[in-house]
Amino acid sequence: MSTTTTPPNPFLNGLWRQNPTFVQILGMCPTLAITNSVRNAIAMGLATAFVLVISNGLIAAIRKHVPKQVRIATYIAIIATAVTVTDYLVKAISIPVYKALGPFIPLIVANCLVLERAEAFAAKKPVIPSMMDGAGMGLGFAFGLTCLGTVREVLGAGTFLSIPLFGPNFEPWVLFLLPPGGFISLAIWLLVFATFRERKQRQLQAGLTEIQPAEVRS
Amino acid sequence: MSGVTTTIIEVRTSPHLHGPLSVDMIMRNVVYAMLPLAAFSVWQFGLSALVLLATTTAGCVLAEHILCRANGNASTVNDYSAAITGLLLGLTLPPGFPLWMALLGSLVAIAPGKLLFGGLGSNVFNPALVGRAFLQAAFPVAITTYTPTLAKARFAEFVPTTWTMPLMKPPPIADWISQVRVDGFTGATPLVLQKFDHIYTDPWPMFWGQRAGSSGEIPGFLILLCGAYLVFRHMMDWRIPVAMLSGAVAAAAGFHLLDPARYPDPLFMLFTGGLLLGATFMATDPVASPVTPRGMWIYGVLMGVLTILIRNLGGLAEGVMCAILLGNALSPLIDRLTPPRPYGARKPEGAI
Repeated sequence: MSTTTTPPNPFLNGLWRQNPTFVQILGMCPTLAITNSVRNAIAMGLATAFVLVISNGLIAAIRKHVPKQVRIATYIAIIATAVTVTDYLVKAISIPVYKALGPFIPLIVANCLVLERAEAFAAKKPVIPSMMDGAGMGLGFAFGLTCLGTVREVLGAGTFLSIPLFGPNFEPWVLFLLPPGGFISLAIWLLVFATFRERKQRQLQAGLTEIQPAEVRS
Repeated sequence: MSGVTTTIIEVRTSPHLHGPLSVDMIMRNVVYAMLPLAAFSVWQFGLSALVLLATTTAGCVLAEHILCRANGNASTVNDYSAAITGLLLGLTLPPGFPLWMALLGSLVAIAPGKLLFGGLGSNVFNPALVGRAFLQAAFPVAITTYTPTLAKARFAEFVPTTWTMPLMKPPPIADWISQVRVDGFTGATPLVLQKFDHIYTDPWPMFWGQRAGSSGEIPGFLILLCGAYLVFRHMMDWRIPVAMLSGAVAAAAGFHLLDPARYPDPLFMLFTGGLLLGATFMATDPVASPVTPRGMWIYGVLMGVLTILIRNLGGLAEGVMCAILLGNALSPLIDRLTPPRPYGARKPEGAI
């Protein structure tokens, strides 16, 4: 039965099979709010990935010393520290990006993805796999944001990374730069990925009998 | 024929139903009722309106056919509902609307507006209005660019914006308008003139079709006639349009009494914009409206009042579309509040 299957690679797991945006649907606030350009999406994704790697690593390192009753508060303090570091880092690297992301960098501390990974993975696993998991989840999140940002920037402004694609006469679809555009493009991508998954499952059921166990979430 | 006459007398118990109305028969008659509006629109705006209406109708029917087939289901275009959606969408767009945008609107109306919910009978919102709402949010300039009626060469040439290349900006048409206009047309509808420039337009000429506007919303008398035909054939409930129009008139009268200089009179409100078209053909969508008579009254009055609130207090010049979409969203709730009471039974809990 399933006892012989190896546990999924923590890095690839976050990047694809448990992708935070398209499979777990976590961290929707930044996903919908700041994906109106590819640059913002990539910056936000990388910032979140950075926070995830640091917080997952630290939490895994002290996981045996934290009393169960105060663990959430401890995680939040660690995550807040990582977010503060990221906040200053982004400000040091690029002021325009910092201004475009605005309050959403400090708000990474409230991103449910970060706390979920701390609670579900880093609190139970050693340091290196936890950091791998953080990197995978973070890059998976960045990938999701970039997908949304691409649709929204290409249709909403006719550009990709500020490079014009359709010439000067392009009629921008204003809707895609506005909040509803975030929901619409998220729906489009969810549809695409759900179709992929369903097709793959059908192939699995038709051909293989081996069943991969999904990661158990607490 | 022989001289024998046979009389068949059928003896049956009640209910004496005969000639049941089927869905596609009702839908077909709604299409018939909209054809005079389409014809009037083509007469007023010429070739551009003709290709616009053809594009939206064909776009909706094709989208429905292809998507049904792609899902492995039988095509449902034969029930005429996609044709209604397409025709309605075309009637709510400005006559010179770029065709590629109109096609996109048809796709949005059918795919997320209707088939995503499960097709005819399951859609929460009126599909044509979903398409139009998408277009208004995506292309706010193009959808408020109106062209003059009865331009001289309207059967010989298109409005320059009609054949805009896909994904491209429509060309500016101010010069073209100043060439073709018959009178002092400025490219704005009476509602826009009233709201932003405080220029009042006389209501009665508007009722007889003398104003600018979307391709199908102009002839007030014709819309009422076509609606009366459907009511007469029992294919439309008269309560919804009557409730919506009276709600709008009452609300407009209230505003007018408060400040006559700022808020126009109810008659003006009644005959401008898409209120008559919306109340007659869109609010009455049998799928997205309540089913009980009392529910219909609440729903209609609510939409009428909302229309006037948006027009008088909101940032948009026209509020019919948003009012109807809001009404559609509320109609399941209204249905829950107004369940029919069986004879002799107590009033259900929570009902009004």
